Amino acid sequence: MDTKKFTRSYKLNLYGIALLLFAVIIFPFLVPSNYFISMFILIGLYGIVCTGLVVLMGHTGQISLGHAAFYGIGAYSSAIVSGKYDLPPLMGVITGILIACIVALLIGIPSFKLKEHYLALATLGFGVIVFTFLKEWTSLTGGLNGFFGIPPFEVAGFTFTNDLSYYFIVWAILVIGLWFVNNLIHSRTGRALKSIHGSESAAESIGINLMTFKLKALIISAVFASVAGSFYAHYISFINPQLFEVMTSIVFLIMVVIGGSSSLWGGLAGAIIYVWLVELLKDWVPLLGFSTGGEFEIVFFGVLLVVLLIFKPKGLMGSWMEKKLFLSQKKNVQNKKGAAL
Amino acid sequence: MESLSQLMQLLFSGLTIGSIYALIAIGFVITYNITGVLNFAQGEFAMLGALLTISMSSAGLPLYLAVIVAILIVMMVGGLFERAAIYPARKSSVATLIIITIGVSFVFRGAAIFIWGTQPHSLTPFSGNTPIRIFEAVLLPQSLWAVGISLAALAGMYYFFNKTYTGKAVTACVMNRFAAQLMGIKPEKMSFLSISLSAGLGALAGIIIAPISGASYQMGLMLGMKAFIAAVIGGLTNAPAAVLGAFLIGIIEAFSEGYLSSGYKDAVSFAVLLLVLFFMPNGLFSKKSGKRV
Repeated sequence: MDTKKFTRSYKLNLYGIALLLFAVIIFPFLVPSNYFISMFILIGLYGIVCTGLVVLMGHTGQISLGHAAFYGIGAYSSAIVSGKYDLPPLMGVITGILIACIVALLIGIPSFKLKEHYLALATLGFGVIVFTFLKEWTSLTGGLNGFFGIPPFEVAGFTFTNDLSYYFIVWAILVIGLWFVNNLIHSRTGRALKSIHGSESAAESIGINLMTFKLKALIISAVFASVAGSFYAHYISFINPQLFEVMTSIVFLIMVVIGGSSSLWGGLAGAIIYVWLVELLKDWVPLLGFSTGGEFEIVFFGVLLVVLLIFKPKGLMGSWMEKKLFLSQKKNVQNKKGAAL
Repeated sequence: MESLSQLMQLLFSGLTIGSIYALIAIGFVITYNITGVLNFAQGEFAMLGALLTISMSSAGLPLYLAVIVAILIVMMVGGLFERAAIYPARKSSVATLIIITIGVSFVFRGAAIFIWGTQPHSLTPFSGNTPIRIFEAVLLPQSLWAVGISLAALAGMYYFFNKTYTGKAVTACVMNRFAAQLMGIKPEKMSFLSISLSAGLGALAGIIIAPISGASYQMGLMLGMKAFIAAVIGGLTNAPAAVLGAFLIGIIEAFSEGYLSSGYKDAVSFAVLLLVLFFMPNGLFSKKSGKRV
């Protein structure tokens, strides 16, 4: 791949991020509805998790079936640090990040020693273990009854009390995250990750240390998930272990697959589409005469997942970006030809 | 004496659940080796088998007939799944295929909710409920059925893979897909065959366990995952080792339930999975088999 394409997609993404930032700022003024704001907080949180997952899945080609556990680690760290020990919420967020990093290392090192898809298995096992501990360690986590009374997030004397403030901070984090990932995937690290996805042996033979780079990708995605979890806990102020079950990990996976793991925007696009589809299904399923809406959702997303992977394995954003880049490249070539003539 | 009877009791329940895991784990191993897919929908076949049998036997069909018909239906579902979801995507990456099987397991689970609802159903035991007492421990007849049927099924599998032409063709594909292809064996056909066979085994497992722990739309997930652990402990490529792994997991689970707490049961088995992955990624029994060769 020539550097030209990289700089092009880099710039394109940067414009996209600027546009997004603008849209984020004006959105609450255009649509001053609490329903939409709270919906977009959720989208933003999912978007953060999935943007991290994009690095792991799309750029390194590894599957995680346990990211809900990292999300849960963030949420419970914040809850326990700020709710139980009355320490500043920022410390909860940082604790979550640290624990997520350590855990990612602990799972990553052994599973990356192995070829193929042992990470999927290891993260799956890890997800169940974390869920069990959240459920059973009642003195610390509150068990299945959940953890009540998580204080609102506050930093530098400013307390985040209403939805709008959470909307801004969540989307600010998402924008920073996207900017970071954009830089990452266009850096040497990003190219190394891409080459690992392409062919592990080829990457290794040009001197890329598979272990280090795969670990980096896993840690980045774990941190993203943990941060999102922390803010979820502060925003909702009540959490229980079921929120961080294996199913949630699979939901994150679905979002990334829908959005397309090969594009920077895949995570956010997937989160938007997922949340929007869930809302849509809530409205439509009763009209079709089914009373069990939540279950209909499961089938629907299952079919969607299978169909997408068979017919559009790059996801929606992936296909779109590819077309866009391909077309612009073609134009470039034509322009050059024109100039030469 | 008290502790001995408890020990025996836990051992029995471990062997019972282990035999269920064994049936599903073999399906995993067969599917994995022929198609390269870790089939996350494997446990759902058990769920479908159990619920179909319950429906048919409550509709008045004799139990043995219900069992046979249910297994056949699930085998057809398995074949359909292979043709509809695995076959069209057989050229994509393993990661994609794994996610496809997750999607399919969603579809099965959702379909089960539509047909059977969310509440659990129960199946009457195959032969009464009078417990048998051995060494102060109580053994339910259904446990004997479970162990007996799975051992019989395992023997049947052994015969199939080693003595019949089709079975040998499947084995050939497991050993070396390319070489098998050169010998005129169609891997696509074997893939179809192996997935429907594993589906049948899974259905059998579900039917056996239904009288013990009931059947509901969500039973497949955990059963599948446990069987999965068993298969990984066995090294994923070796069916007899997977069976041993399954009994091991069953026993570990029973003991951690008995001596620790039932809440931590799942965590213990997954911790075993992680430990095996980290320290003996080729499976617990890999050395033994290596020596034998």
